Amino acid sequence: MSSARLPRDLHPVAWWVWAIGLAVAASSTTNPLVLLTVVAVASLVVFARRSEQPWARAFRLYVLVAVVIVVMRVLFRVLLGGGVGGGHVLLDLPEVPLPDWVLGLRLLGPVTRESVLAGLYDGLRLGAVVVCVGAANALANPKRLLRSVPAALHEVGTALVVAVTVLPQLAESARRVRAAQALRAGDERRTGRLRRQLVPVLEDALDRSLQLAAGMDTRGYGRAGTATPAERRVTGALMLTGLCGVCVGTYAVLDTSVPRLLGTPMLVLGVAAAVAGLLSAGRRVGRTRYRPDPWRWPEFAVMASGIATGAVLHWVSEHQLVVAYPDLASFPQVTLVALLGSLVGLLAAVAAPEPRPVTS
Amino acid sequence: MSLLELRGVSVDYDGTPVLRDVDLDLADGELVLVSGPTGSGKSTLLGVVTGLVPRFSGGTLVGDVLLDDVSVVHAAPRERAHAVGYVGQDPLAGFVTDTVEEELAYGMEQLGLPPETMRRRVEETLDLLGIADLRGRDLRTLSGGQQQRVAIGAVLTMHPRLLVLDEPTSALDPTAAEDVLATLTRLVHDLGVTVLLAEHRLERVVPFADRMVLLGADGRVQVGEPADLLETSPVVPPLVELGRAAGWSPLPLSVREARRRARALDLVPPAEAVSVDPAPGVDVRRLSVVHGRTVAVREVSLPLGAGRVTALMGRNGAGKSSLLWAVQGSGPRQAGSVRVAPSGSDPADLKAGGRRSLVGLLPQQAGDLLYLETVDEECAAGGPRTRGLLDELVPGIPGDRHPRDLSEGQRLALALALVLAGDPPVLLLDEPTRGLDYGAKAALARTLRRLATDGRTVVVSTHDVEFVAQAADEVVVLADGEVVSRGPARRVVAESPAFAPQVTKVLGAPWLRVDEVAAALEGRGS
Repeated sequence: MSSARLPRDLHPVAWWVWAIGLAVAASSTTNPLVLLTVVAVASLVVFARRSEQPWARAFRLYVLVAVVIVVMRVLFRVLLGGGVGGGHVLLDLPEVPLPDWVLGLRLLGPVTRESVLAGLYDGLRLGAVVVCVGAANALANPKRLLRSVPAALHEVGTALVVAVTVLPQLAESARRVRAAQALRAGDERRTGRLRRQLVPVLEDALDRSLQLAAGMDTRGYGRAGTATPAERRVTGALMLTGLCGVCVGTYAVLDTSVPRLLGTPMLVLGVAAAVAGLLSAGRRVGRTRYRPDPWRWPEFAVMASGIATGAVLHWVSEHQLVVAYPDLASFPQVTLVALLGSLVGLLAAVAAPEPRPVTS
Repeated sequence: MSLLELRGVSVDYDGTPVLRDVDLDLADGELVLVSGPTGSGKSTLLGVVTGLVPRFSGGTLVGDVLLDDVSVVHAAPRERAHAVGYVGQDPLAGFVTDTVEEELAYGMEQLGLPPETMRRRVEETLDLLGIADLRGRDLRTLSGGQQQRVAIGAVLTMHPRLLVLDEPTSALDPTAAEDVLATLTRLVHDLGVTVLLAEHRLERVVPFADRMVLLGADGRVQVGEPADLLETSPVVPPLVELGRAAGWSPLPLSVREARRRARALDLVPPAEAVSVDPAPGVDVRRLSVVHGRTVAVREVSLPLGAGRVTALMGRNGAGKSSLLWAVQGSGPRQAGSVRVAPSGSDPADLKAGGRRSLVGLLPQQAGDLLYLETVDEECAAGGPRTRGLLDELVPGIPGDRHPRDLSEGQRLALALALVLAGDPPVLLLDEPTRGLDYGAKAALARTLRRLATDGRTVVVSTHDVEFVAQAADEVVVLADGEVVSRGPARRVVAESPAFAPQVTKVLGAPWLRVDEVAAALEGRGS
């Protein structure tokens, strides 16, 4: 075993790129066989490489959401009468007559195999994308991902971390207040009940935020760097110019009536100024990072396997239309390319090192 | 040369003075205890030192704060972070990251220390505080004592010269509190860190303190040796009360000193109270509570007598809250039954309204019960009896006051009045003594005794052994969800040294309270 594969947590960016690759693959086909393969690949990798931290357990929740999506899709097809244009009738439900002004909508009516399959395929596609996102969440803590932002975006990153931290606590305090309010008599009307719930929860959230802010401040968060006022002005000017440049450039590129000269060059200029601003801001940030996540070959391999899956299936969706969007009348076909393409994602489990065990 | 100096500091909030003309010098390597009744401005004084007052609290600050003879009164807390470390009351609320190791490194990252230094200091601090085996753990899964030590460690890695702590042991069980205090004394002795500490429960800290800052109601402070200040202080630990009653001078500050003095006392021990079998109040049978995969309460059977105050003790996470909520019927319950006399009905079978008229529960965060803008509105919403009950508990709370502006003791009384409004025969209280000073605690103890005399079954979960000595007839000790010992307070408390109040530690069983000793002394005198 090479030292790069000793048990450790893989860089979160690698897992996210891999998952996005898989999600791209899933969104570029409705072939249920390919989609199920992608879901299986994502699940297998999660089970092989997730850590024992609490967020890793969230994967189940995403799978549940995916299943609900599939069921809902099929149900809606049946309810809203997808069986337009004929097909094999599975169940001949009577159509509920709707008034004339509800144009293009039918309630119930004959259920055809084609309409159910269409709902199923569609739901599977969306469900698979959800599972891919869930896999990324289970494999890489979103907070660690935020820690990897460039130094200049440190403030934004920390704000996001605080938001991510406070949100689950809000749910916890809502549960607590609900239980507590049942212990006293009080307003039983609808608005009164809402107030009983909301006021203590908001007070609690405010208290917590203030305490967190105080805690961060006393620990040196946001200490002034070594920059002189002049340097700060230069940084500010660069950032502003960058922002304006990007805005004008994007507008010019999208709007064809604007002279070409304003388009791409302006965009490039804006991006350059923004990058310079970020660099200059990053230089004056007097912070260091404790044990940054290393980036070594397993990270590249994991990323590559995800990108490969996405790329191959995207190619399939453009060149093998019958495979990517199978006919509803017959059993879906799979080509070797599509199958291998979706299985490439499994390499991530092989390449990634085992997660660091959590001591208890 | 002093490390930190306050010169003529006054703070007032909206015209109400909290601190007036405070002068204070903190030298290197001393442990200074800040004490005073609730609302006397202990947190404000600490805030002035860290810079959180007036930035995070509002109000106006007059005077000067010198750090190494340089004025820092206008410097934000972050600019003092390298020298002044602050640990708040609730460590969990101040955590920024997820894991122990990241939390320890956070402050150093902000200071921009080189990676090798950070690595070294994290390892050193893990060892210093004895938390090396926790390094990868999620902060939310730690026990209260562990969280407090991590919070202290997270500040220590920045090598501050002054450590400011606001009630670091108020939420901890006696053993965890002793751990944290031992850690602090070690820092003072071995590393020469100066510690400024606010604490209600003086009995824990006084033996370790070099100097004491006593805040008065008028916002003025007295600074001096603990033994001198405690002669006249309005808030004193039971040990000092004992010393005052026995007329010892100088006052003993540690149990050991007091024991030596007590040898000369020759007292007739209090008569063993004749125990009458109480009328049945609540019968808990084989109650189990499960949270996820952890068993919080395991097959607890507990007959609770009417007209008794039962104290529920045990370390953090022993299942005290789960048991109370399950008995009240709102909390989850895996198995078992609860019968409330005389009807024998189970509160879990009733709707919320019926439940609270059968079993009242005061939750740990009493503030969760309050949602209106004035005391009068709260009382009106609570039912016709609420105001009367409140006046019985704490007379004279102005009706137009906002509940958040009340003192801890008054707010607790308001919440208790709301819970009692349904006239439940059973009253459960979950950690009601947090943040109460000696006066408020004594008042609460009297209230509970009175409620029990009226025939109610009262159960109170607490870490505070001195409060148990004052209020409880019986003690039930929980560990790991099971009852490990139960019986009359006098016996249970004498059996386990960790739960013994100071008077028992000094005079041995069966002594429990200072008033018993005082009565015995008087009896001898006459």
